[in-house]
Amino acid sequence: MNFVRHRLFWPAAILVALLASNIFFSSGFFSITVHDGHLYGSIIDILRRSAPLILVGIGMTLVIATGGIDLSVGSVMAISGALACLLIGDLDNQNSVIGVLLACAAGIVLSLVLGIWNGTLVASIGIQPIIATLILMVAGRGIAQLITDGQILNVTSAPYKVIGAGYTIALPVSVLIAAGMVAIAVVLTRRTALGLLIEAVGGSPTASRLAGIQARRLTIMVYVFSAICAGIAGLIYSSNVSSADSNAAGNLIELDAILAVVIGGTRLTGGRFSLAGTVLGAVLIETLNVTTVSIGIPVETTLLFKAIVVIVLCLVQSAAFRAKVLRRPSRVGASA
Amino acid sequence: MGSRPPVLEMTGIRKVFPGVTALDDVDFRLLPGEVHALMGENGAGKSTLIKVLTGVYGTDGGEIRLGDTSVLFGSPLQAQQAGISTVYQEVNLCTNLSVAENIFIGREPRSLGRIRWAEMRRRAVELLARLDLTLDVSAPLSTYSLAIQQMVAIARAIDIDAKVLILDEPTSSLDASEVAQLFAVMRRLKDAGVAILFVSHFLDQVYEVADRMTVLRNGRLIGEYRTADLPQMQLVARMIGKDLEALEELESQPRSSARELERGPLIAKAVGLGRAGGIAPFDMEIHAGEVVGLAGLLGSGRTEMARLFFGADRADTGHLEIDGKPLVLRSPRTAMAHGIGFSSENRRTEGVVAELSVRENIILALQAARGWTRPIARRRQDELVDKYVKALNIRPADPDMPVRNLSGGNQQKVLLARWLITEPRLLIIDEPTRGIDVGAKAEIQRIVAELADGGTAVLFVSAELDEVLRLSHKIEVLRDRRLVEELDNTDDVDADRVMRTIAGGVAS
Repeated sequence: MNFVRHRLFWPAAILVALLASNIFFSSGFFSITVHDGHLYGSIIDILRRSAPLILVGIGMTLVIATGGIDLSVGSVMAISGALACLLIGDLDNQNSVIGVLLACAAGIVLSLVLGIWNGTLVASIGIQPIIATLILMVAGRGIAQLITDGQILNVTSAPYKVIGAGYTIALPVSVLIAAGMVAIAVVLTRRTALGLLIEAVGGSPTASRLAGIQARRLTIMVYVFSAICAGIAGLIYSSNVSSADSNAAGNLIELDAILAVVIGGTRLTGGRFSLAGTVLGAVLIETLNVTTVSIGIPVETTLLFKAIVVIVLCLVQSAAFRAKVLRRPSRVGASA
Repeated sequence: MGSRPPVLEMTGIRKVFPGVTALDDVDFRLLPGEVHALMGENGAGKSTLIKVLTGVYGTDGGEIRLGDTSVLFGSPLQAQQAGISTVYQEVNLCTNLSVAENIFIGREPRSLGRIRWAEMRRRAVELLARLDLTLDVSAPLSTYSLAIQQMVAIARAIDIDAKVLILDEPTSSLDASEVAQLFAVMRRLKDAGVAILFVSHFLDQVYEVADRMTVLRNGRLIGEYRTADLPQMQLVARMIGKDLEALEELESQPRSSARELERGPLIAKAVGLGRAGGIAPFDMEIHAGEVVGLAGLLGSGRTEMARLFFGADRADTGHLEIDGKPLVLRSPRTAMAHGIGFSSENRRTEGVVAELSVRENIILALQAARGWTRPIARRRQDELVDKYVKALNIRPADPDMPVRNLSGGNQQKVLLARWLITEPRLLIIDEPTRGIDVGAKAEIQRIVAELADGGTAVLFVSAELDEVLRLSHKIEVLRDRRLVEELDNTDDVDADRVMRTIAGGVAS
């Protein structure tokens, strides 16, 4: 029964239940076929669609662990995709691999700068994270539109398309990129002391300062990391559709990312965080999206269905709720 | 008194937390019209018993009888409605609301849904008059001292027709005259037939006000005694469960004094150091191997002074000289780089990080000093942590337990360990023994003395004069945010002498 107590038992159980429920509606749900040396199937598809959310989610996890929040991730996705598409569109040869790589690098570097902006507002100027990142959340869409001149920029670049829609070593490139960033995040936080220091700052900012932790520098670092993750997610998104749409890119992804973090067992108040939990949360959210379609939930009730699943998940995850409902109530009412 | 039926009787109470039996078959009786002290070391089960009684926790066995009925409260609200009111250690009122609002919050007198403000104020005035207090009840609570706030909390508690009033460490942030005021109120309530359950770490206070006491140790009932029948030393022996060794060790620890000290090199020197609103500019020198004690009343600027030596607050006048070189402390990091450590008086908010483990808390400062790119290898962490968990006798000795599960005294030891592994040359310790039990107190005092013997300079802040006198080579006396006198701790310096300086009547 020990695994039941594990933090991630309940989200994992819901994920399995969601996946299993699909089998009743599409019998081939779990089948993975090999086609041209690439893996295909619903599971692979879910992973591919989860990639941007996983990326944004792991960045969000570290930000939330310091007691902050980053609402600007969707806008950063739009900006990074817009810049990359603009630069690719200006290439003489859109199929130049080096040109595409440079364009992507430019998008990521710009994201990094935006992360420094967020981090500085929060850590150096002392604006509340929700307000500080709201600025870029709102203004960022404007910046993206400035870059694309208010248009949807279409590109016809085969190398660029690979990022979001391509395959390598039998797996979607986007999944590999997300996995790579997760690995980098895990190594950065758990193989160095970064994770401990972040958790200390999120757990008690005052105590951390008096223990000599440079909270300011750490805070800027996590916002930069979050922005870089969002920038890469923006490239994947825009590459997948071979265009830069400033309004649609990363629209409302900040909410899904926060949800993924919470499902993964990281508290919004900061402190202890779990990157594995966030990845699980992101995959769960995408599975839910796929499930609503595959089991034929009518379009107009899709959001309601999602809401119900999320509510059930949150309730089941709460130890206090389980104690109240799942067991027989052990407390007796008081005197008359 | 013994013949009256108890107003409250708890029998065979058991409470088990994962891995710990917090209460094991504990009985507890409370008679009407008595002040009953619940005694025990940190972690003895006092808080747990109170929480079981007030419905914060459920029980795993046993019975609670209030009057003639068997009860088991599902929430503090139910307990309150049944006549059991609690005032907690940290005053949990809303300081931004008025006194009257605080007393009646959640049960304001209403008509047609509208709050009858005039009646509320009138009743608040009446209620406070019962405690012999005259306050402007429309003023925000924050305009009054902590003691008054505590009284307001009590007023709120007794207005809810309390048969039983629980006071959990009500005096820990009060000064002597405020304590006297509180005790007067307690006696008045006692005479009115209220049964008062009183928890305090100050033995003198317990002996002053309590009629009877119940002693717990390690979650077990040790006994129920009349205060008059149990001498103080006997009580302590029952609380700590050892023979009187620890206590005698504490009492007989050789007093540090100025003559024994061979002053090491000068480590830190404050030159006109000060901070507006905190502490007036002062000069002070701290040498290696020397314990400098800060004495003064609550709010006299002790803490403010200590914080300036660490850069926890920034000085706005003067400067610090470390090893003879002037240094501007912009942040704790600068201080740490020069071998200064600081353990704050606010253990919970400024000391430990509650959700991190003992191990993580202990290595935190050292790791912060090394920076995130140079993690301390796990094996080295284990070595360091094991060494200090043993040396400081941190219990439970499980490095992976979250520090929030430790008692106050053990959290304090974790904090000391955090700084000891950084091997500081100057360690500033603010109120390390507040709210912790006798055994832990003796251990912490021993550690301080050993540190100084080993050549570390220690700046020691404590509200307890005895402790300052016993440990310090030199005592800095503060009054009204000003350093008023520096006393070498020679044989003719005693508590009386220091008290007179604190009070302002310095005899030459």
